[in-house]
Amino acid sequence: MTGLNNLTLKEALEGITNGEFSGRDVVVDCLAAISQRDSKVRAYLSSVSLDEINSIEPRSDSVLKDLPLALKDNILTKDFKTTASSSVLKDYKPQYNATIAEKLIRAGAFLLGKTNMDAWAHGSSTETSDFGPTLNPWDLTRLPGGSSGGSAAAVAADLCLAAVGTETAGSIRQPAGWCGVVGFKPSYGRVSRYGIVAMASSTDSPGPITKTVWDAAFLLSILAGHDVYDATSLPDEVPDYTARLNDSVGGLKIGVPKEYFEGVENGVSQKVMEAVKQLETLGCLVKEISLLDPKYSIAVYTIIQRSEVSSNLARYDGIRYGEGREAFGPEAKRRIMLGTYALSAGYYDAYYKTAEKVRTLIINDFNRAFSEVDLIAGPVSPTIALPVGVSRGQSMFGEMADVLVEPSSIAGLAGISVPCGFSEGMPVGLDLIGPKLSEELVLRVAYHYEQSTEWHKERPNG
Amino acid sequence: MQFEPIIGLEVHVELKTKSKMFCGCPADHFGREPNSNTCPVCLGLPGALPVPNKKAVEWCIMLGLALNCRVNEDSYFERKNYFYPDLPKGYQISQYAKPFCVNGSIVILGTSRARTPESKGADAGVAQHDEGQGRGKTIRINRVHMEEDTGKLLHSDQIPNYQGPKDVSLVDFNRSGVPLVEIVTEPDFKSTEEVVDYLKKLQLIVRYLGISDADMEKGSMRLEPTINLKVTESVSLSRSEITSEGVMPGDPALPAGRSSIDSGQGVLSAQARMTDEGQNYWKRKEVSYTPLVEIKNINSFKFVKQALEYEIKRQSEEFLKTREQKKAGNKATMGYNEAKKMTVLQRSKEEAHDYRYFPEPDVPPMHFTKSQISNLKSQIPELPEAKVVRYIRDWSIKETEAVIIVENKNLAAYFETAAAEALQKDYPVSKLSGVLVNKRLDFANLNPKDLVQKLVQEKEQETLKHEELAEVCREAVEQNERAVSEYQNGKKESLQFLVGQVMKISRGRAEPQLAASVLKDLLK
Repeated sequence: MTGLNNLTLKEALEGITNGEFSGRDVVVDCLAAISQRDSKVRAYLSSVSLDEINSIEPRSDSVLKDLPLALKDNILTKDFKTTASSSVLKDYKPQYNATIAEKLIRAGAFLLGKTNMDAWAHGSSTETSDFGPTLNPWDLTRLPGGSSGGSAAAVAADLCLAAVGTETAGSIRQPAGWCGVVGFKPSYGRVSRYGIVAMASSTDSPGPITKTVWDAAFLLSILAGHDVYDATSLPDEVPDYTARLNDSVGGLKIGVPKEYFEGVENGVSQKVMEAVKQLETLGCLVKEISLLDPKYSIAVYTIIQRSEVSSNLARYDGIRYGEGREAFGPEAKRRIMLGTYALSAGYYDAYYKTAEKVRTLIINDFNRAFSEVDLIAGPVSPTIALPVGVSRGQSMFGEMADVLVEPSSIAGLAGISVPCGFSEGMPVGLDLIGPKLSEELVLRVAYHYEQSTEWHKERPNG
Repeated sequence: MQFEPIIGLEVHVELKTKSKMFCGCPADHFGREPNSNTCPVCLGLPGALPVPNKKAVEWCIMLGLALNCRVNEDSYFERKNYFYPDLPKGYQISQYAKPFCVNGSIVILGTSRARTPESKGADAGVAQHDEGQGRGKTIRINRVHMEEDTGKLLHSDQIPNYQGPKDVSLVDFNRSGVPLVEIVTEPDFKSTEEVVDYLKKLQLIVRYLGISDADMEKGSMRLEPTINLKVTESVSLSRSEITSEGVMPGDPALPAGRSSIDSGQGVLSAQARMTDEGQNYWKRKEVSYTPLVEIKNINSFKFVKQALEYEIKRQSEEFLKTREQKKAGNKATMGYNEAKKMTVLQRSKEEAHDYRYFPEPDVPPMHFTKSQISNLKSQIPELPEAKVVRYIRDWSIKETEAVIIVENKNLAAYFETAAAEALQKDYPVSKLSGVLVNKRLDFANLNPKDLVQKLVQEKEQETLKHEELAEVCREAVEQNERAVSEYQNGKKESLQFLVGQVMKISRGRAEPQLAASVLKDLLK
């Protein structure tokens, strides 16, 4: 394959600037790749047709120069079907663009299509999509992870140059790790949630899924920022996140929490520890630290997320959007029931309130750790991508698969998944976690690591 | 048997901010084309997020301060989860555990002008009744909180010129998300007069703050009273009825439903022992409460009075028949039918609603500093009660007139401008207030300055009239010698005859009372 769809964002931008090709040429190659290979991977729920390209005014002088991006299907796109992979919204065409969709369009992105996900983002496999699973481009008998599995698979299979996903607890980093691409989860509030079908409102964080760290930094510079339509978005200035990627990482302290290696597959542990050694080679100071056992986060996350889900899904009451409540899949029904129960009179204190208290303890635990170290490194997932079918009948599958990324998610921290090698032929992801609003630092360390290895150059298509 | 109403009130006031509570749509929804003032936020579309309206929050706090509330320095919104077709998100953003304002009070049936700071402090938190001393009664305010209004359901048969499918309900979301303040009292009202006076006072305060028109007809002020009755009966038992075995359950001397008395002595020892005409009686005051009733759909002060009076009658009759008492789960919701002048059952045996409140994750918690709160306090204009006190204190006007003047914010403003002018022109303000209250003046076309000018002139003319009157009186005295001598000989009625003559001579222009006093002087 020598198509332009194989390029990174950076390479494509350079090619266009040098007059070698246009953004449209890249779009054409991406659509060709989708029509050739997406019937197997099934990363997209919907994509634009070739005809539509001609109707669009070329914007080669824009920031993104018409380069093709994919959006997770819970990000609202005006007049373009947005389903959150649920039958409830199977024909829903939004009346408005999500803030981040609007930002990308204004920056000159060409939106190729909408990618598959677990229905309502409830899951970590993309197997619970009401429209069928997405498969892992590295091994079609395995899952891509989730819930942003379609976005991660589309990037890994070169079916777009980059994609945007959303993470509530692991939904960007875990599929990025399983698919061998870069997934960046920004601090809560750094990227606007306006126009994203809400899952757990206090945790949802949209972010880029890309082929390289530079691409992630570049996209994040466009996506991030205060939004007058999102009261929880942070007012802090957004820097050009690519500007300081080359700054030194010498002397930075990297904490390695021993609790994050318990129950982790040997192949995964080994690759992550090699990555940590590599960071040491790059001049970082590695230090073993201790964090709260991540298992507590599962309980906290489960209660808070189910509670918020039960309320957020109440608007799909069968009166609007064309489908009745029977269109909800079993996982959504389970979550609505559990959340409704947890918020009920007499149980609120025992569940929701207690969970919020433990959440504060987890935040304090990270604050304590960050008084000793600059970043925390660990595995993204305890396993490599699991076989198709494994999530069925396991209502806590997602929580177990995401156990290592849940604590930092519920604490609202910044984190990145970077490819750090292979185990049994499947990609392994290194998770780098930084304090709230440490996007620049996290990206810089990830960039230095990535550039000192060859892992990011590996592609499932050979 | 004695029935005493216990009434509490929930009042909703729609704020007249420019935009809605959580989006930029216009808040003014009255009479607009259905669903014309809507956006993704107030339609509750997927992905839409609420951003709180700062002005609405400030106004809510100002109202709380005007009602003597304490402002919670840390406060937040919560989600009240319930299903209804006019609620597009499936939850209403409201407040629960931490409302903006709590523990306020308002004085009704009089003003607090006679209250010393100490007596006010002593009253805090307790309803007191000091009628007859001009001190009014304090009604405790439980909370003043902020929420969003819902949409409106319209039934196809109620829509004029409707041509769509029949027997359907349509939703108009123009009202969805309009800022709504809820003012909740403690159950401190004991009569419908108290309720109506409270409502009038509250409405006036809201209008003085300029935060709402508080118009019952347009629905910008809505009332929901909750009422039940305290039933007190004296149960008398003669000594002979009290045996060592005690009073048996089902004893006809006991009211129905009292079967838990295990020992007459044991129970009665806690009661008052009374002596009646040499015979020993044991009297016991027994108190019970009728089931709670919440009344909805009331759109005027007149109807709230009627509805409550109807309920008082209905509940007392019902109690005599059934002896049903208030208990968990038997609260009923009634509507008021204005045509039939009766309350109508909407929902009985109301399931204890579980709204599953939890903090609204889309709106960050709010913190108010002491200086922010005092800044809002300083923006509160002089309120009607303070005006009454000031008018009486500074200008010695009648309390009844002061009360009438402040009932209309524009009239009060007019009066104050005119009063300043009157003071300059040496015209008594107490007379000015009488003119404003008693004469129908065209205020729109008469500015306060001109009014005072006019009054001053009239007063000067009156002095001239006085001289004329003296002349007429002398004439009457001269022409009626007989009546004069009769009067001087003690026949008081003759004075009336002379007054009549004065009226005749002056062709009715004289003032009879004034004429009488002039005549008296002449005949001394």
